[in-house]
Amino acid sequence: MPPILELRGITKRFPGVLANDHIDLTLNQGEILALLGENGAGKSTLMNVLYGLYPPDEGEIIVRGRPIKVHSPNDAIAAGIGMVHQHFMLVPVLTVTENVMLGVETLRGGVFLDRQKAAARIRQISEQFGLPVDPDAYIKDLPVGVQQRVEIIKLLYRNADILILDEPTAVLTPQEVDDLFKVIRSLVAQGKSLIFITHKLREVLAVADRIEVLRLGKVVGQADPKTATQAELASMMVGRAVELIAHKTPARPGEPVLQVQDLRVLDDRENVAVDGVSLEVRAGEVLGVAGVQGNGQTELVEALTGLRPALAGRIRVAGRDVTRANPRRITESGVAHVPEDRQRDGLVLTYPVADNMVLNTYYLPPFAQGVIIQQAAVDQAAAERVKQFDVRTPGIGVNAGTLSGGNQQKVIVARELSRPIKLLIASQPTRGLDVGSIEYIHGRILAKRDEGCAVLLVSTELDEIMALSDRIAVMYRGKIVAVVEAARVNKGYLGLLMAGVHPDQVAAPEQGEEVEAVF
Amino acid sequence: MTQATAPVKTARWQQALQPLAAPALAIFTALVAGSVLIVITDEGVLEAFRTAPATAPGAMWRAITTAYGSMFEGSLGNPARIIAALQSGDPKAIAEAFFPITDSLVTATPYIFAGLAVAVGFRAGLFNIGVEGQLFIGAICSVWVGFAVKGLPAILHIPLAMLAGALGGALWAFIPAILKAKTGAHEVINTIMMNYIAFRLSEWLLGDKGPLQRPGTANPVSPFIEPSAELPRFFPDPIRFHLGFFIALGVAFLVWWFLFKTTWGFEVRTVGQNPNAAKYAGMSITRNIVIAMCLSGALAGLAGANEVQGVNHNLAYAFSSGYGFDSIALALLGKSHPAGVVGAALLFGTLRSGATRMQNIARIPVDIIDIILALVIAFIAAPAIIRFLYRLKTAGPGEGTVFTRGWGK
Repeated sequence: MPPILELRGITKRFPGVLANDHIDLTLNQGEILALLGENGAGKSTLMNVLYGLYPPDEGEIIVRGRPIKVHSPNDAIAAGIGMVHQHFMLVPVLTVTENVMLGVETLRGGVFLDRQKAAARIRQISEQFGLPVDPDAYIKDLPVGVQQRVEIIKLLYRNADILILDEPTAVLTPQEVDDLFKVIRSLVAQGKSLIFITHKLREVLAVADRIEVLRLGKVVGQADPKTATQAELASMMVGRAVELIAHKTPARPGEPVLQVQDLRVLDDRENVAVDGVSLEVRAGEVLGVAGVQGNGQTELVEALTGLRPALAGRIRVAGRDVTRANPRRITESGVAHVPEDRQRDGLVLTYPVADNMVLNTYYLPPFAQGVIIQQAAVDQAAAERVKQFDVRTPGIGVNAGTLSGGNQQKVIVARELSRPIKLLIASQPTRGLDVGSIEYIHGRILAKRDEGCAVLLVSTELDEIMALSDRIAVMYRGKIVAVVEAARVNKGYLGLLMAGVHPDQVAAPEQGEEVEAVF
Repeated sequence: MTQATAPVKTARWQQALQPLAAPALAIFTALVAGSVLIVITDEGVLEAFRTAPATAPGAMWRAITTAYGSMFEGSLGNPARIIAALQSGDPKAIAEAFFPITDSLVTATPYIFAGLAVAVGFRAGLFNIGVEGQLFIGAICSVWVGFAVKGLPAILHIPLAMLAGALGGALWAFIPAILKAKTGAHEVINTIMMNYIAFRLSEWLLGDKGPLQRPGTANPVSPFIEPSAELPRFFPDPIRFHLGFFIALGVAFLVWWFLFKTTWGFEVRTVGQNPNAAKYAGMSITRNIVIAMCLSGALAGLAGANEVQGVNHNLAYAFSSGYGFDSIALALLGKSHPAGVVGAALLFGTLRSGATRMQNIARIPVDIIDIILALVIAFIAAPAIIRFLYRLKTAGPGEGTVFTRGWGK
């Protein structure tokens, strides 16, 4: 039997970039193929070619032994190829059924939507593949993990049997990732074939049958998940040996830099999101705030950085009260902020890299004399920082929006770390980044700590929290439920606290464990 | 795709001209489409088809060349006449030969001010539809200072009256600005409402026994401004070309300098491009909305003052003929860049002033010009059509124009 899908010599050029360079790829019936590569390696481009979003410059696509031409996603769907994009394509105000039907509406009497028939089909698909979802629920009410299920159901509803999942775990909690893997196994068990795009090594080893590694637009190697190690895969991806674990020396904590007392903050819907949080970060230490997304971390950081007013409580930085101070005053008191959503808050994507490098210091000498911007000084500083922080950009005049995610984040880190600071607040600093960039940014954060800077790290990635933190605060439903020494806990223990289990009910991971509970 | 690659080498002048390619082709396409309209509305062509179809192509060609020829003559002048006048050396003949082109510049001047007003708003992510109203208020303030203040030397009176116009426009824009900044009330709604207030206010002021009505007349006109407030003209009548044009160019330069060379402009543009990042960077959204909107209003007010002090020397009811609304299209055409706005204003001025002659000579309704202008804008606003027609490469991502933000907040 021929492979269900074969790509031969796919080449795709963008102006100045060879995104895909004669890529050959084979997918067998009932197989999970992992496509591993850093951001910008060409994974998404390749899949967009396959899905008919970009026409390839060279090469052919062969489905079940027959060459096909894919000019649009409709052609791909007709050939049984379906894709779940990293960012979901769902209409929030429509129901699950309506979203699934969209484009392939089942009609009654030629004009009316037959929602019942479609819903029945959705129920049947749900059951068959283990994708529980309520067909009548509105998308906007569903958690991200369930929305992803709807996306998968959409493909199955269209009878796709080659499924492409683009970075499917980027938006999921650890539990949702486990659920997704079950679904994936159930899909292939029933004859579907799957391409799984990711840059997360652990996931690849957990779920894939076969691994293809892409780098700089080329297939650089294959690996067998049964025998490969994370370190091998990482070095294949990046092209050099990679430190997966940030090496850090013991912290030498000094004076308290950030002191938060009984902080209460409301979210956009005026619910209490941060409910009486007290914490302290000292010079030369990293305090990690762990927690499942949506437990008040975002609002905590926004209150600390002046982006959201505190309802009650006190915030002091280096002894100065900055409760309800504006972002400018907080920045000027020596606080650096790597924001959670780099494209929304951290950068102006339509500005050149140079302007983004001075986004919050543009009014200070040497970048401005009075109100007149000194472009030469800006450009000079930007060029130095690009070099110093290894930002891969064609030049400082290039718009930030054209850089890859990792390099965009490096621009922010370069900007925030290259001014004198006492406190670094880093929120999800490596979300969505590739191994090489993660390694780099982790190294920078630890270097800053070793210079005596206090670091507040907020992350939903437990690996990241464990790798960088000296102490870990677990946040659950707006409260800090425990503050523990990082060296004394393991992931399982933290996972339980993150899930809301009371610290007293959790068996200490080691003998003589000290758990400092703060309520 | 992060590999640093050598950018495609293009000559500097090519790079400089590249942004002009699409607008130029849009104008060309609009003229071609307009010629179709001219042909089908031309009676001569119709007659030719009826009587001798063989002569129809000739008639069509004649209709188009007459129409565009008269438009060209009306806006830029007759080259033969200009050369003859220059050779004769007669100052009166020279002045007359150059009349069309100078009058195009006179028409372009308020467009420059008003276009800059809209462009500054766009840069800050604000859609100032109130330029027309701000222009009216600017004209009212300027005319009042122009006729009520007496005995000042021109060197003081001219700038004082212009300043009054700018302040009036800024005040009119300040109201929707502060409403937007403090309550999130959308500036589109409020500037439209402020337009109506301005129109009706000017009617009342100029109306029967209104405070600004010229004594001894029943017409809705203000008194003439003092000669000391008039912008000096460079040539004897009928050439109206006045200092306002150069003031407009100077203001365009200042706006460019403000937007791109100062920290204030950096803040305004950042708020327009990404308000979240602006807030993150410690900029005050509220303050920048107010600054940008007031600057926009001040520029609109200058457009009104320019018309009062440079052209009409008084204020009549409904004097503006929609400069404020045309300028929205014009700012789009100029990509909200001061240089682009000046270019677009010159185009609008030329077409508008050519329209009058086209109407007189070729008997083409002035509406055709409106349609051609509308087509120019449509083609500019839908660059995909132009790129498709002429196989242009996609432009690189640049600092785009932000028209307006969502409702509220």
